Amino acid sequence: MRQEPIIEFIDYSFQYFSQAEPTLMDINLKIYPGEKILIVGPSGSGKSTLGHCINGLIPFAYEGEIKGTLKIKGLVAKEQNIFTLSKIVGTVLQDSDGQFVGLTVGEDIAFALENDRVNTLQMHDTVAKVAEMVDMGKLLKSSPFELSGGQKQRTSLAGVLVDDVDVLLFDEPLANLDPATGKTAIEIIDDIHKSTNKTVLIIEHRLEDVLHRGVDRIIVIADGRIIANMVPDELVSSQILIENGIREPLYITALKYAGINVQKDMFPSHLDTLKMQKVVQPLNAWYKRIEEPEKQDEKPSILKVENLFFSYDGKKKIINDVTFDISEGDMISIVGKNGAGKSTLAKILCGFESQDLGEIYYYSEDIKEKSIKERAEIIGLVMQNPNQMISKSLIYDEVALGLRLRNVSEEDIKERVENALEVCGLSPFIEWPISALSYGQKKRVTIASILVLEPKIIILDEPTAGQDYYHYTEIMKFLERINKMGVTIIMITHDMHLMLEYTPRAIVLLDGEVIADTRASIVLTDSNLVAKANLKETSLYFLAEKADIEDGTLFVQRFIDYEKGVREANEA
Amino acid sequence: MKLKLFSYNVIDTPIHRLSGLTKLICFLLLTFAVMFSYDIRFILFVMAFSFVILKISKIRFSQIKLMLIYVVVFLITNAILTFLFEPEYGVEIYGTRHEILRIFGRYNLTQEQLLYQITKVLKYASVIPLGIIFLLTTNPSEFAASLNGVGIPYKVAYAVSLTLRYFPDIQRDYQNISQAQQARGLEMSKKASFGSRFKNALLIIIPLIFSTLDRIESISNAMDLRGFGKLKKRTWYSKKTIITGDYIAMGLSVLVFAMSILISIFINGSRFFNPFI
Repeated sequence: MRQEPIIEFIDYSFQYFSQAEPTLMDINLKIYPGEKILIVGPSGSGKSTLGHCINGLIPFAYEGEIKGTLKIKGLVAKEQNIFTLSKIVGTVLQDSDGQFVGLTVGEDIAFALENDRVNTLQMHDTVAKVAEMVDMGKLLKSSPFELSGGQKQRTSLAGVLVDDVDVLLFDEPLANLDPATGKTAIEIIDDIHKSTNKTVLIIEHRLEDVLHRGVDRIIVIADGRIIANMVPDELVSSQILIENGIREPLYITALKYAGINVQKDMFPSHLDTLKMQKVVQPLNAWYKRIEEPEKQDEKPSILKVENLFFSYDGKKKIINDVTFDISEGDMISIVGKNGAGKSTLAKILCGFESQDLGEIYYYSEDIKEKSIKERAEIIGLVMQNPNQMISKSLIYDEVALGLRLRNVSEEDIKERVENALEVCGLSPFIEWPISALSYGQKKRVTIASILVLEPKIIILDEPTAGQDYYHYTEIMKFLERINKMGVTIIMITHDMHLMLEYTPRAIVLLDGEVIADTRASIVLTDSNLVAKANLKETSLYFLAEKADIEDGTLFVQRFIDYEKGVREANEA
Repeated sequence: MKLKLFSYNVIDTPIHRLSGLTKLICFLLLTFAVMFSYDIRFILFVMAFSFVILKISKIRFSQIKLMLIYVVVFLITNAILTFLFEPEYGVEIYGTRHEILRIFGRYNLTQEQLLYQITKVLKYASVIPLGIIFLLTTNPSEFAASLNGVGIPYKVAYAVSLTLRYFPDIQRDYQNISQAQQARGLEMSKKASFGSRFKNALLIIIPLIFSTLDRIESISNAMDLRGFGKLKKRTWYSKKTIITGDYIAMGLSVLVFAMSILISIFINGSRFFNPFI
């Protein structure tokens, strides 16, 4: 006889009062104590809502109509309150910055204890012990500003571990983390799972990154229903992921391109377990067949940065002797860990900050004397969070704003706005209020509002952050299209896939210095670079290694070329 | 960027070790004592005292430079205006008249006026360092704990510390939004008229409000999920136990406070020290 489930959904449906349709429908799910489970699904599928049902935010913070039953540790969830549930289910929320309520690490970890009226001395003891569990013992007095993304995540984890909960729920733990930190986060979660044997639920759409350490089961949610509940090996061999807009591991894509029929008995959920007998030969053959693409003609330089230096306080150099040259029509990525100087570099290029030393040339013109407003007509910046850019309530007005502020005549404005919306695929929504749009559409509105000023260069800060595979592909295809129209695109990103698939060239920053400026396939296969810049080697490289392909970097490059061909064929 | 003005800095000095509540009470007692008395001897004494404490709490000049500039400008303006509007106020108070300098009309410089105005400037000069010490040596959460300790509801006290926690974040958002909007052509400099600057400020404030609301939603969820508001009372991680130093500090402050009152009643017979009779 198996144990009683710790979480049990029986014919469960949920509808937010503010929504016309139920977000979750006919959910039947049992989760047993000690299991480690991954819940995946595209944006808007209801996976976060499912998490909210488990931790009690639904129905206690977000109201709505519940049908069916949800039992947590044998208790009917809706008859409890959020505080009782929080003693059973500990939640680590997506944004580790936003949930940092204390002024120091120690205080933040202690938050739940404070609310339980634990006395101050005992609290200091418990906090010290728990902090030790997640390796934060030495940083108890640090403020959130001094911590890295990974350290914030550890703090959040400690903050729920102080309660000795039965279930740990991670809501998109990888969002906002750089690749190396994300990998460490998954390792920490796994270690905690193994050492405490608590039930672990991870809600995330970055499947390959989570599978870095094994999980017992994966539950796939789409359109509010559970459409799969199976072991990882079975899921990655199926078509379910692709059909539902979830990215499969990149090495699986390579196997499929090579015509290999991926089966459950090949143990494909992790590269280490993958059986290679049926793989080596076809993979080698496929790789040798891919032709090298024709060399592109050299284009003139559009943006040249020479020996750039910058510092906020006159002491610490944020940008330290940066030099690079970007050609007309390039699409490149700038990568590096948080604090490496990527955003500062973008701010200097846009004129928000001015360099201490060095030159920036647009074609051959030094743009030092140009104001922010004048530079915006050359270089546009799209911020990461569209909510930070949108200030009008109607799409038309928002896109027209930059032109109106430049006193362009209403007739010209109309024409240019319509053009920009057309390019961004937003023409049908021209009369719509912005509040009715999805996150991805809002992002496109912000891009349109920059495009309308007709800059020759656009810088995008994390254009795909928080997007599922479907929306990611949509945004990237769209950017590729405007790139083909002649706009030079620079992307600041943590997303290895983006870098690999869409930008032939990557500039890697470390402590304000350029440590590499080369092909993405070279960056992501150079273990030295990868370690320095908090990146992660692509799984394709290890696949090549396992299949005895000598030149792993070339294999990765060929994969990129092949995929580009597939994309172009699909477009046409 | 960190917020420079009013930033609490973590060092270990006898003053930092005091509890926030002690510091608040001492600050109020001393301020009242100085504001009550117009005895220049007493005020000089308190001023010397507050500078000694400033020294002990290891506050560097660079930290408070900006604040001091504002204070000096304020004091000078205040002194000039007082003289312009009430050149005879000192004479009125002290009841005698010793002229030093004739300027013109009713503007004559008297010893009485000089004493009155110098006393007034010194009053500010002794209270302001105390305020600076309080702000820069008190951990906001610990202060929240102290407020809660004197009976202020913990939700209110926590709101104070949470505001301080998120203020720099919101300030950074503001800066980012403002720069992005300027890139779209927003004129925020003095070139624009007041009316259009006001309208333009709205274009920054609206996105700021929306992104702040997002932030608030995620904080309040995080707090709910960790049991905030469950019980009528809560304890505080950063609460300090009252130590000997607290008793000494409070004792000293009560003493200074009592001195101020006693000097007025028994020595001067009024709030003013009058050397002219």
